[in-house]
Amino acid sequence: MFQIRIHGRGGQGVVSAAEMLSVAAFREGRHAQAFPSFGSERNGAPVVAYCRIADKEIRLREPIMAPDALIIQDPTLLHQVDVFAGLKRDGYILINTNRSFAELGIDEFIRDWHPERLCTVAATELAMKHVGRPVPNVPLLGGFAAISGRVSLESVIAAIDEKFSGKVAAGNIEAAREAYAIVRREMDEAREASAHA
Amino acid sequence: MLKQTEGSRAVAEAVALCRPEVICAYPISPQTHIVEALGEMVKVGALTPCEFINVESEFAAMSVAIGASAAGARSYTATASQGLLFMAEAVFNASGLGLPIVMTVANRAIGAPINIWNDHSDALSQRDCGWIQLFAETNQEALDLHIQAFRLGEELSLPIMVCMDGFILTHAYERVDIPTQAQVDAYLPRYEPRQVLDPLEPVSIGAMVGPEAFSEVRYLAHAKQMQALERMPEYAAEFKSVFGRDSGGLTHTYRADDAETIVVAMGSVLGTIKDVVDEMRDDGHKVGVFGITCFRPFPLAQVCAGLRGAKRVIVLEKSLAIGIGGILASNVRLALNNLGIDIYTVVAGLGGRAITKTSLHKLFRDAEQAKLEATTFLDLDWKAVNRQLDREKAKRRSGPIAENLLRDLGVVAAKIG
Repeated sequence: MFQIRIHGRGGQGVVSAAEMLSVAAFREGRHAQAFPSFGSERNGAPVVAYCRIADKEIRLREPIMAPDALIIQDPTLLHQVDVFAGLKRDGYILINTNRSFAELGIDEFIRDWHPERLCTVAATELAMKHVGRPVPNVPLLGGFAAISGRVSLESVIAAIDEKFSGKVAAGNIEAAREAYAIVRREMDEAREASAHA
Repeated sequence: MLKQTEGSRAVAEAVALCRPEVICAYPISPQTHIVEALGEMVKVGALTPCEFINVESEFAAMSVAIGASAAGARSYTATASQGLLFMAEAVFNASGLGLPIVMTVANRAIGAPINIWNDHSDALSQRDCGWIQLFAETNQEALDLHIQAFRLGEELSLPIMVCMDGFILTHAYERVDIPTQAQVDAYLPRYEPRQVLDPLEPVSIGAMVGPEAFSEVRYLAHAKQMQALERMPEYAAEFKSVFGRDSGGLTHTYRADDAETIVVAMGSVLGTIKDVVDEMRDDGHKVGVFGITCFRPFPLAQVCAGLRGAKRVIVLEKSLAIGIGGILASNVRLALNNLGIDIYTVVAGLGGRAITKTSLHKLFRDAEQAKLEATTFLDLDWKAVNRQLDREKAKRRSGPIAENLLRDLGVVAAKIG
């Protein structure tokens, strides 16, 4: 079972992201379970959503306390919420930011981890560019398809098409594609860097 | 058709396939998505003929359902928590009158303190109201139980609550198999009411009944629930023949055949318990699971038969009868009267507290080693409780308990799980 935890703020589409990810996995014949953590669902308040992907029925109903992967939709949460709680060593981290892990002050925490599993993408900028709204959830799913390899970009696009229609769907698909390409490039660079190290 | 969708959406589609004629509801979390989806289906003409009636309260919702059902319409509503309490008087009326309304209860805690999260306090507060109460383990079962509920309720002329864990199921996206209209039509016949308000054959429904017949009317309500104990397994078997899957029935067991320890529970927590039981079985522990789908009527004989081979029984419940302890546990104890089995009550998951595998592993092992109290509150923060008790000892005006505890614990927004 592969477990993903998504952190963001109310209004950033955190819950929809987990749902779309589960739809993408379902379309590949996998079992998937997405659910939000509930509470203060106000715009701007910290929100967490979860997604599990497995090859058999998922019966477990506890929150994801030891995730394999983290998607952080808002880097300002790093100083407010213990987003890394329980993250498995060598887990995957994808952050919506145009800064580096070092600039965010978390390079110590992930020292010696697989570098190609640690990526950033400026997802809010991509959303503004392609959709015209600062909602970073969908481009991050494109990036997540790249970083994790657990769902294909095509399945993410199919999930976007199921959720949105018309121009919003088309814009989100473009944003997801570009994020996918950016993260793939970062992963290649990380691999090369570690090969030369 | 297999679909990856939200539990609420799956239930709304199942209810629509049952061709309800009147739907009325007042919004309350976590039930709202269900009636929103149904409202939309009615509005766009996807569910017809059906009238969606907006009401001004839950009391009105149940009152409209009563009126619609008495007029011969297949009637549906949904609620949760304080909403169920607010409609309580009408809830008793619906069953007292024998009207087969189906209602989803998206289980949620009851305040005060106000809490929107899941536990079973709402449904279990109405356990003696005369409705049949079914509890779903998964979204698939929630969907299936609604279809069975219309069948069973209309056959017996009794209302049915289908209970599903609020948020944990209602807001979870998972795989469900949505049946076809032809399948549901083959399983669920047209509603033929036993009593109906018909101007051509006038009757009055809701007579005042004095001591001369009240006991008899009540006894007949009880007898009908006893009939439900026979019908439910039959309808579940028939459901399997039409839809091809096991769903519903009174109770079900998991790896319990040779189990020395059996865990009893209702609802979605059964999934987590099964995962823990699988891991403990791998370590050689003889542990099994007994799930109760039908809480009212309570299947005493089936519970006794399913548990009598065990050395110990752990009843894990998301409810608390303040002043006595477990609610489900009290019922299970009645079924196991004088059998000499150790029975443990475990109150867990109140107000949305996560029930984790880690805590369950320890709990079940403690029970095996007879280290468990007769009544246990899973993961209770004893230190916080004791600090409040100390405050109360130290000072007469110790202040409001809920606020004191929140202040004591500090900011919890940063906590995961």
